[in-house]
Amino acid sequence: MSDGLPDGVERRPFDGRERLATRGSPVYGEPTDGDWRAWDASRSKLGAMLSRGLDTGLTGGEPVLYLGAAAGTTVSHVADFAGPTYAVEFAPRPTRDLLDAAAPRSNLFPLLKDAREPASYAHVVEPVDAIVQDVATRGQAEVALRNRRFLADDGRLLLAVKARSEDVVADPGDVFERVLEDLRSGYEVLATERLTPTHEDHLAVVATPRTE
Amino acid sequence: MDGTAPSGEGWFGGIDRDDEAAATAAIRDGTADAPDDWPSRAVESGFAADENDYYEILHDATMAATRAAVQEHGRSDVQQLQRVVRAMDDCERVANELAERVAEWAATLFGDAGTGVDYCLGLAERDPDPEQRRVVELARRVRDLDDEATALRRSIERTAPEVAPNLAALAGPVLAARLVSLAGGLETLARKPSGTVQVLGAEEALFAHLRGHAPSPKHGVIYTHEAVRNTHPEDRGSAARALAGKLAIAARADHYTGERRPELDEQLRERVATIRARRDDADEGAEGGADR
Ligand SMILES: C[S@@+](CC[C@H](N)C(=O)[O-])C[C@H]1O[C@@H](n2cnc3c(N)ncnc32)[C@H](O)[C@@H]1O
Repeated sequence: MSDGLPDGVERRPFDGRERLATRGSPVYGEPTDGDWRAWDASRSKLGAMLSRGLDTGLTGGEPVLYLGAAAGTTVSHVADFAGPTYAVEFAPRPTRDLLDAAAPRSNLFPLLKDAREPASYAHVVEPVDAIVQDVATRGQAEVALRNRRFLADDGRLLLAVKARSEDVVADPGDVFERVLEDLRSGYEVLATERLTPTHEDHLAVVATPRTE
Repeated sequence: MDGTAPSGEGWFGGIDRDDEAAATAAIRDGTADAPDDWPSRAVESGFAADENDYYEILHDATMAATRAAVQEHGRSDVQQLQRVVRAMDDCERVANELAERVAEWAATLFGDAGTGVDYCLGLAERDPDPEQRRVVELARRVRDLDDEATALRRSIERTAPEVAPNLAALAGPVLAARLVSLAGGLETLARKPSGTVQVLGAEEALFAHLRGHAPSPKHGVIYTHEAVRNTHPEDRGSAARALAGKLAIAARADHYTGERRPELDEQLRERVATIRARRDDADEGAEGGADR
């Protein structure tokens, strides 16, 4: 593990520019170089967290639960470096594309489920070392709290909070404060960082389960 | 449901590893209060030989279950589209019928009476004398139906490209929705040979032909498509065949992959241009380029 990146994620030059990359079959038309494919940090909040050097605790090879997988842009990269990767998404349309991303990745398990109802996938998902959450809907803290049961005691929650999903008019700073406060009822917040300018209006949060 | 894991057990509880239907049902409908180390439990229980084996089965099972769930949602989108098309056709048909009634009636009351839905739209705005009131009210009902038909059409224009992106691009959203509706679904449309797509909606004419008292129909609802309508009558058969061929391919692309294939638009355009050019050449040969 160098420069805080998990094993299997490297900075490599693409067209003369250093970019994050993982090894796997391409998914969204990203540039490739041999087996490596560029991880577009402007299209991926987790990509942005890693490229900014946030300490995510990810090491590579660990089991991961991904909430809000959409078409699989980010979760495909996660499956490239992580172990068993469970991808939860509740909208049927992007899930079609998620299936294409998962087909060549034997460790990526797509699930058409609602992240607010963890009991509907707890019979499939094993305990994980990391939860990546990017659901961009109202109640983002609540989703993280309900899914805490999947996370190992020393595991990491890697959360992207979108302010406008909670409240369109309120000041983003206030919204983030409220979400963090809710989150603290079940998690210890280790680090936060605004993801401007690549992801305006988003706060990255690294947290770990609170143990009484 | 069969194969559904009881709460507290893994999805694989009580199912046979080769039973794909049971695995799909278990993934989709099962529940558990809390996660568990399912890979180890699956190996302990003898469901899988080892963890790698377990993950292989899990990959197949989650792919199959999720694909089935996505397709089911797709089918309900299609059903919705069918209902909207039928409702739009009903609104238009009833509006036209009522408009005829209004025209007949208005002719006895107004000097400047016209015909059709457009006439009713104008009449609906008038401030009627007492003896004109009923007919103006009737014209207003025509206007309401016409408004509703327009709203339904808008909704088709929004949803058809989502349900069938290639078909909607080639046929236009409304014709695409009609074809899906006549076939009874996108899946059944995707299975039809292009010859059947060509005559969809012309079933009555086709039966007459089979009974021996009518020529073979050259086109069904696709005759409303520009590629057929704006082609010389003698070449409409060829144009309809070419169009039906591309529409059949588009329906298959939509059902099996859902991916947009813009090259189909271009191919259709070229085929139709070729058919029309042949006619132009022939006309020039025969009539020295005289106007038709
Ligand atoms: C911003 S997008 C995620 C993009 C994705 N993480 C990526 O980087 O490739 C948010 C996704 O979360 C999904 N979502 C929202 N609420 C959800 C819920 N309760 N359960 C599952 N998915 C949800 C949405 O359908 C949408 O696809």
